[in-house]
Amino acid sequence: MTLAEMQFLTPDLRIAAAEIFILLMACLILMFDLLAKDRKRTATFVSTQLTLVGAAVITFSMSSGEISYTFSNMYVADLMADLLKLLLYLTVMVVLFYSRGYILEREQMAKGEYYALALFATLGMMVMISANHFVTVYIGLELLSLSLYAMVAMNRDSVPATEAAMKYFVLGALASGLLLYGMSMIYGATGTLEITAVAERLFMGQADQTILVFGMVFLVSGVAFKLGVVPFHMWIPDVYHGAPTAVTLFIATAPKLAAFAMVIRLLVNGLIVLSADWQSMLILLSVMSMAIGNIAAIAQTNLKRMLAYSAISHMGFMLLGMVTGVVGGDARFALNAYSSSMFYVITYVLTSAGTFGMILLLARAGFESDEIDDFKGLNKRSPWFAAMMMMMMFSMAGVPFFVGFFAKFSVLQAVVAAGYLWLAIVAIIFSLIGCFYYLRIVKIMYFDQPTNSLPIAAPLDVKVLMSANGLAVALLGIFPQALMSLCAFALLRSL
Amino acid sequence: MSGTPLLSLAIWVPILAGLVVLATGSDRNAPLARTLSLIGALAGLLVTIPLYTGFDMHTPAMQFVELKTWIPRFNVNYHLGVDGISMLFVILNSFITVTVVLAGWQVIDSKVAQYNAGFLIMSGLLNGIFSALDGLLFYVFFEASLIPLYLIIGIWGGPKRVYAAFKFFLFTLFGSLLFLIALLYLFITSGGSFSILDWHQLPIGMTEQTWLFLAFLVAFAVKVPMWPVHTWLPDAHVEAPTGGSIVLAAIALKLGAYGFLRFSLPITPDASHTLAGLVIALSLIAIIYIGFVALAQEDMKKLVAYSSIAHMGFVTLGFFIFSPLGVEGALVQMISHGFVSGAMFFSIGVMYDRAHSRQIADYGGVVNTMPKFAAFFMLFAMANAGLPATSGFVGEFMVILAAVDHHFWVAFAAASTMIVGAAYTLWMYKRVVFGAVANHHVAELADINAREFLIFVLFAIGALGMGLYPQPFTEVMHSSVNELLRHVALSKIQ
Repeated sequence: MTLAEMQFLTPDLRIAAAEIFILLMACLILMFDLLAKDRKRTATFVSTQLTLVGAAVITFSMSSGEISYTFSNMYVADLMADLLKLLLYLTVMVVLFYSRGYILEREQMAKGEYYALALFATLGMMVMISANHFVTVYIGLELLSLSLYAMVAMNRDSVPATEAAMKYFVLGALASGLLLYGMSMIYGATGTLEITAVAERLFMGQADQTILVFGMVFLVSGVAFKLGVVPFHMWIPDVYHGAPTAVTLFIATAPKLAAFAMVIRLLVNGLIVLSADWQSMLILLSVMSMAIGNIAAIAQTNLKRMLAYSAISHMGFMLLGMVTGVVGGDARFALNAYSSSMFYVITYVLTSAGTFGMILLLARAGFESDEIDDFKGLNKRSPWFAAMMMMMMFSMAGVPFFVGFFAKFSVLQAVVAAGYLWLAIVAIIFSLIGCFYYLRIVKIMYFDQPTNSLPIAAPLDVKVLMSANGLAVALLGIFPQALMSLCAFALLRSL
Repeated sequence: MSGTPLLSLAIWVPILAGLVVLATGSDRNAPLARTLSLIGALAGLLVTIPLYTGFDMHTPAMQFVELKTWIPRFNVNYHLGVDGISMLFVILNSFITVTVVLAGWQVIDSKVAQYNAGFLIMSGLLNGIFSALDGLLFYVFFEASLIPLYLIIGIWGGPKRVYAAFKFFLFTLFGSLLFLIALLYLFITSGGSFSILDWHQLPIGMTEQTWLFLAFLVAFAVKVPMWPVHTWLPDAHVEAPTGGSIVLAAIALKLGAYGFLRFSLPITPDASHTLAGLVIALSLIAIIYIGFVALAQEDMKKLVAYSSIAHMGFVTLGFFIFSPLGVEGALVQMISHGFVSGAMFFSIGVMYDRAHSRQIADYGGVVNTMPKFAAFFMLFAMANAGLPATSGFVGEFMVILAAVDHHFWVAFAAASTMIVGAAYTLWMYKRVVFGAVANHHVAELADINAREFLIFVLFAIGALGMGLYPQPFTEVMHSSVNELLRHVALSKIQ
């Protein structure tokens, strides 16, 4: 190829307008924060929130429902990406609202960098969601991870937080290595890094199977690390526990959406031809996660740690939907299965935001409120928030009328429809075990006497938001149709 | 009345009333909470009356049907309707809710609003179970109804309440999760329908029927409860507050039995016939063995709890004889047991409120200090023992008659309950009520007040009325029971 034949196409920047906007704003906020005198950083907080609103407006107005590529096919915009990004902005906004009070009370975190890092992490997740190229996936993932490492370590005098950050960083680097190694092998087998092109080459059967399957195994391992499923889950309990609760809230919510998108992009968009191989891997990961997550959670006395193990089991359950897409080469069930996983992830993020938000709501200066016993007798102190937390717990346990039930239901019906009856029974037995520790939280709040009778000292806006979050868990449980069909529709238009 | 969504009202009036009661907040507003709860419970009862008066007893079809799409993505509908089998339970449940609110009137003095709201919400959910014609809707109500009872046992229960609440929740949940798999399986095989009535017509092979039947059996046997998965019930009863025990015995146990009629028999008729022997054997064990277990109890609530298991054994026995007399007898037994066991638990609650003990040994000579109470307690003890002219007799007699037709020795074994049942109930009654005043606690007992008298009268009307003139109860069942048995007699194997 001579120089004259090479074409330098100007990329269509409009398709990635939201990412560009967030990037610009994050840089501006970082700069102007240097000039801020206000210890509370109100201007930084407000402008961060407005940036997210602005990004939502851009994403919503640019959403065409068509699949369009830009940056030489490295970046894709489709309905699934738009939906996940809108939910991502919403989640990050809610997370920042919940964490504001908490970080203001902690000297070293009450800085503008917290908001800038949150925006950079958001940008990383957006890039992951819209990636159509292995390198794009990797860049997005690293941007997210590096921001999160810094956020975990922000409370720098705290020993557990520093330890958690170190652990997260070392294991995260290992996972990135696995992912890169897998990508390079797939590149070796197919000769391309572009996800849709990989899929085309695989369809035509022009790939070395051995290298390909090796690559896939590493790829799945990297993805499993990001999702936090067994046996790549070691970092989850320590990071959730050690990180400042505000950061735990962040890690426990928004990145799950991005990780789901990563699974869809890499495995479904890219390696669907190998579905039989990665599905059998995911079955193993999923069953082990449900087993270890649910059983280990029972033994915890720290609520953050318990929720960490619960997160492992939930991600395992979510993967059940991913393993039932293609049955014996028949992809009839794919849409049903993947959209049930998507619904599961979204409802999990909603509920998870509420539970960690509740820990933040009860925390005060010098008091973390992250032990399970700190919730003792909450019903005496505040019947309203005890009821909200109870709804969240029953939702996670999968009891109707809460949205968690319909999440479990939609995944299970996909599993049964694909003929994996035994898998459904295994899933159900482990969720029964899981019920125990959620019920224990309800027991602590309702059956035990409070150890202190301090009223809940959260600002009104956080209280309102928390109530809205709790009621959403109940309302989506009574009317799950809209979100369910939205997920199905978005995937239908994107796959 | 045809345009009024009566069943929706029966479900949502109590639930909304419960939310209103909840909004009254702290115990400073307790009198208001109590009044509002009573109004809510009465309104809930009132809207169920037209279900009986407007009921057409000549058709086995579902009546008062409401059909709205709920989750079109999975073809789940808000599909309600009652037939002769379920209609009476909606009314019974709404009636029991009124008695429960009254029973807790002076006794419950902490978190009054939450207590009453719990019962009202549960009442609505239970009505939902009895009137759901959509499999998933049924399941959703079925599981959601665990939450209020879990909280009621756990917050207002006795010393071992936490253990009892967990055991209750996890046992029942275990059963219902397998049930969920069965529902999903039916949803897939029926080509995407959750309608219970569609499933009744669905042809299923024998192997699948057997597995489905066993999944149903686990779910419903835990709820009934049948031996050997009954162990949660005595714990739950002993620890629950009086109101909780009443609802548990009078309504919650009926859900399992109702499930057999709505799911097991019509959806898996061939497996039901094949495995009837298993259910009959378990029922007889419940009747005889649990009867003897009841005899040995020293705690009154435990004794009545075990007697409930024995009585429910009659119900499952009656179902699996597959004769109209047996099924109707079982249904009569279910309703009668609702009145009688409710009244028994209330009686024990009345004594417990005064002397704070449920041990038989702590009492003796109660008749000397509480004559009016003793008279009512006598009536319900007799009904529990199955004395003719009380409702307890009617159902048991019908089931035994049907059993004679089926197999003599089955009937013989079942009839032994007449002796054992009388023995444990009356022996307890004798030790508690008769004789000289046993101790100063008994000497200080005050007789029942007007509120308790009213509750006893309500229960007595039910127990005696049904015993003397059961026809209003049985006549509405005929068409539905006959249609059910006609359907069950047809094989579904193709």
